[in-house]
Amino acid sequence: MSPTALVEPIKLEVKNLNLYYDQKRALNGVSMKIPEKKVTAFIGPSGCGKSTLLRCFNRMNDLVDACRVEGEIILDGNNIYDKGVDVAELRRQVGMVFQKPNPFPKSIYENVAYGLRLQGVKSKRVLDEVVEKSLRGAALWDEVKDRLHDNAFGLSGGQQQRLVIARAIAIEPEVILLDEPASALDPISTLKIEELINELKHQYTIVIVTHNMQQAARVSDYTAFMYMGDLIEHDLTDTLFTNPSKKQTEDYITGRYG
Amino acid sequence: MVMDITSHTHHISQQYNLELETIRTHLSEMGGMAQRQVNDAIQSLIDADVERAEQVVRADIKVNTMEMTIDEECVRILARRQPAASDLRLVIAVTKAITDLERIGDEATKIARQAIAMNKDGLAPRGYIEVRHIGNNVARMLQDALDAFARLDMDLALNVVQTDKQVDMEYSTAMRELVTFMIEDPRSITRVLNIMWSLRALERIGDHARNLAQYVIYLVNGEDVRHSNIEEIEENVNSKE
Repeated sequence: MSPTALVEPIKLEVKNLNLYYDQKRALNGVSMKIPEKKVTAFIGPSGCGKSTLLRCFNRMNDLVDACRVEGEIILDGNNIYDKGVDVAELRRQVGMVFQKPNPFPKSIYENVAYGLRLQGVKSKRVLDEVVEKSLRGAALWDEVKDRLHDNAFGLSGGQQQRLVIARAIAIEPEVILLDEPASALDPISTLKIEELINELKHQYTIVIVTHNMQQAARVSDYTAFMYMGDLIEHDLTDTLFTNPSKKQTEDYITGRYG
Repeated sequence: MVMDITSHTHHISQQYNLELETIRTHLSEMGGMAQRQVNDAIQSLIDADVERAEQVVRADIKVNTMEMTIDEECVRILARRQPAASDLRLVIAVTKAITDLERIGDEATKIARQAIAMNKDGLAPRGYIEVRHIGNNVARMLQDALDAFARLDMDLALNVVQTDKQVDMEYSTAMRELVTFMIEDPRSITRVLNIMWSLRALERIGDHARNLAQYVIYLVNGEDVRHSNIEEIEENVNSKE
C-alpha cells in the first residue's frame, strides 16, 4: 500500500515486515515506502504498532530480548536487517529523538559534541564548529550561545528537546526518527519543534510518530494510519485528512467510534 | 469511501455530534425558507398578488439572519473542533451552501419587487407561461438540491446539475421569444422587460441550486466538480458507486 501520487525518491522501503514480541505479533506484514527529505507521520491508537515500526528503522528493537523481526527494511538499497550490518553505523545514519528529552548530565556543549567525541574527533575547532552548526540547525543557538558550558538540565523541556535534536543532527544522520517529540511540551515549545521539523526536512528524511493528529496534519507531507499492527492507509497528508479512502481511517481521524 | 447519512452522529464526543447535527438542521431550515421565498415570488408574479410579494420582500431579512447564524456556527466548529475528512467537508459545504441560499433569497426578492412594480403600473400579463414553466423547473431543482443535501444523494445531485443545463436552454429560448414580442409590439416593452428580469432571476436561482448540488458531490466523495463539464461529473459520480 502506497500513496498513489508517490513519485519522490525513496529513502526507506519496508517490505512485508512482521514483528513479534514472544508469540504476539505486533506488526502484520507491513510494506511501505518512505520518501526522501519529506516528513512522514505515523498515526494510530495506542498499541497499533507505530512506535514499534519506527524503532525498526534503526533496529532499536534489537534491544528487546523477546522481539523477533521478519521481512526487510531497505535503506538506500541495503537491507538493514542483513547479517553483518554494523548497527552502530546504522544508528549514526538513522538518528532518533524520544518523547521525553534525555540530555546527558553534561554541559550543553558536551551534549552536542558527544557523538563526535565518540567518533574520536578531538580538534576543538571542528567541535566548536559542529556544535554551533547543530545548535543553529535545531533553532537553539540564540537561546544558549552565552551559556554553552552550563548544565543541560538547566534548560526548559522544550529547549532540552531541541538540544537532543541538535545532538542527533551533530553526527549528520540521513534519517531522523521522532517518537512523540512534542507530547511532553507546552504549545509554544511544540510549535517551535514543529517549525524545526519543517526546516530539517530540507536536509533529512523525517519519520514522526505522534498521537496528536493535528500535529501530523500540520507537519507531515505523508501520513500513515496504523491499526492493530496493520498499515491501514498511507497517503499524502492533504488527502488523508480531507478525503481518506478507508473507513477505519475516517473514523479515527474524525474521532468516531468504529 | 461511501458516506453514511448518520455518520456525523458517531463521534465519541456527543457535543460534537450535536454541533454538526445543528448546522445540518439549520441548513435544512434555511433551505426551506429560501424555497418558500422562491415559490411565493413566482406565485405573486403570476397572480399579481402584491401582498404575497411584500411578504417575500419582508422575509428576506430572516434568510439573511439565518445565514449569519449558520456561518457563526461553522466558524465555531472550525475553531474548536478542527474537523477532518467528511466532517471538514460537511462544514465547508455548509458554509458555501448558505451563501447560495442567501443569494436565492435575494433573487426571489427581486422577482417579488417586479411583481409589486408591475401591479402598480397596472400591466397586463405577458410571458407568464415562461415564468410558470421555468419557475416550476427551478423550484424543482431547488427542492431536489436540498433533498440531495439532506440525504447525501449524489444521483439526485447529478440530476439537478443536468436539469440546470435544460433550464439555461429554456431561458435563452424564452428570451428570444420575448424579444420578438417587443419588436412586434413596442408598447409591451416595459412589461416584457419586467418579465425578463424575473426570468433572469429564476435562471440565477437555478444556477445557485446547481451549486448546492455540486457541494453535495464534494461532501460525499471529496471531488470539487465546480468547473467540470457534465460528462466529467457523471463519470465522477458513477465511479464512486
